[in-house]
Amino acid sequence: MSDWIEACAADDIDEEDVIRFDHEGRTFAIYRSPDDEFFATDGLCTHEHIHLADGLVMDDIIECPKHNGRFSYKTGQAKGAPVCVNLKTYPIRVEAGKVLIQLGQ
Amino acid sequence: MDAVLSPSRDYSLIGRDSARAVETGLAAAEWYHTDIPRKDMKELMKRVDGPAIRDTAIWLGSMIVLAALGIALWGTIWCVPFFLAYGVLYGSASDSRWHECGHGTAFKTRWMNDAVYQIACFMIMRNPVTWRWSHARHHTDTVIVGRDPEIAVMRPPDLLRVALNFFGILDAWHAVIDMARNASGIVSAEEKTFIPEQEQHKVIRVARIWALIYAATITLALYMGSILPLVLIGLPRLYGAWHHVLTGLLQHGGLADNVIDHRLNSRTVLMNPVSRFIYWNMNYHVEHHMFPMVPYHALPRLHAMIKHDLPAPNPSILDGYREMVPAFLRQLRNEDYYLRRKLPLTAKPYREEFHGKAARAAAE
Repeated sequence: MSDWIEACAADDIDEEDVIRFDHEGRTFAIYRSPDDEFFATDGLCTHEHIHLADGLVMDDIIECPKHNGRFSYKTGQAKGAPVCVNLKTYPIRVEAGKVLIQLGQ
Repeated sequence: MDAVLSPSRDYSLIGRDSARAVETGLAAAEWYHTDIPRKDMKELMKRVDGPAIRDTAIWLGSMIVLAALGIALWGTIWCVPFFLAYGVLYGSASDSRWHECGHGTAFKTRWMNDAVYQIACFMIMRNPVTWRWSHARHHTDTVIVGRDPEIAVMRPPDLLRVALNFFGILDAWHAVIDMARNASGIVSAEEKTFIPEQEQHKVIRVARIWALIYAATITLALYMGSILPLVLIGLPRLYGAWHHVLTGLLQHGGLADNVIDHRLNSRTVLMNPVSRFIYWNMNYHVEHHMFPMVPYHALPRLHAMIKHDLPAPNPSILDGYREMVPAFLRQLRNEDYYLRRKLPLTAKPYREEFHGKAARAAAE
């Protein structure tokens, strides 16, 4: 089952930045890369309960604001201590200026 | 909730107070942050290489020059000032470089952070793997009893230990013991509480490499019949430690424990430019804890932006000691005593339940 949910307007996110999106008790992070592509991951760091949307986007990396754990927000891959567990990623697309995220089951 | 943990605190990471911190919600809690617009925060967090390349060139370049002069004058009294200065850059400036590069914020370029981190860790004798994880815990649970592995002065204060550490004596001794234990393949039960299993082999590998370096240095000293190799490698951790202890004690000394607001358990101290160079601006310690992503060179800007929400900084190192030392002395008689930070009228209060009546009474 595919559930495409409207997360935000594309213009809500600056290039090379991230915003938080909460939906039905879950929290996600929506990214806009320097080359104007959009990506989505779980919103909390896999190390500790910290919102990644407060972190720093650098190229294809999101850095957690608390302990500087780094992930590729494109693949979810953890890039070294103190994060060891990959981040879950979600399909995303932009239609008519809206950013849609597929949450699935 | 009452934050006071009388009759005595259990600082073990696997002890009574560790479990209590988890039960009461003090562990891994949500800490207070001053509101900063995202645009400003992004500007503050921005990574650049320039300041850290400049400072690292001055730091390591000065060490080379001072060591060369010290070696040239070896055997005369004139070598002493050069080695004393070399020692501070080795045994104290390495503390802040280890710290800042561990956060990954000093340089924009990753390998530069990692290279300086490894060099600084060796100088300060902190296993780069162990201490990366212990410092993550320190930021999660800052001065939470039983959770924070980096509490410099526990209560009641062991002032002899503090005094000895101005010369690195106990810290270096424990570092050697830890290195020997790790090099023999043992990771302690406490280390295992904050180092994930998949990282523990790296602790052992680094300890073995360091043990070889120290063994080679000692062998060279024996071969030369001179202590000079150890004056250059190893001993500066003792004779040059004083500055990092002098500044480091001020970070949290005498302030509240078991609170989740860095304004109450951390201290910002205005310092002279030389100390700030050695300390890489960690004198802005409330700001650093509140926003660990902000590089050292941006901390003065961050301070200016949020000072309306913070306690007034101590205007000097001397002023910091004037309030901290009497607090340590009172804690010898009453370990629940602490310095209660006054927030300015413009500040937002936060989670009073963790700063309860009994805690206030102890502070008065």
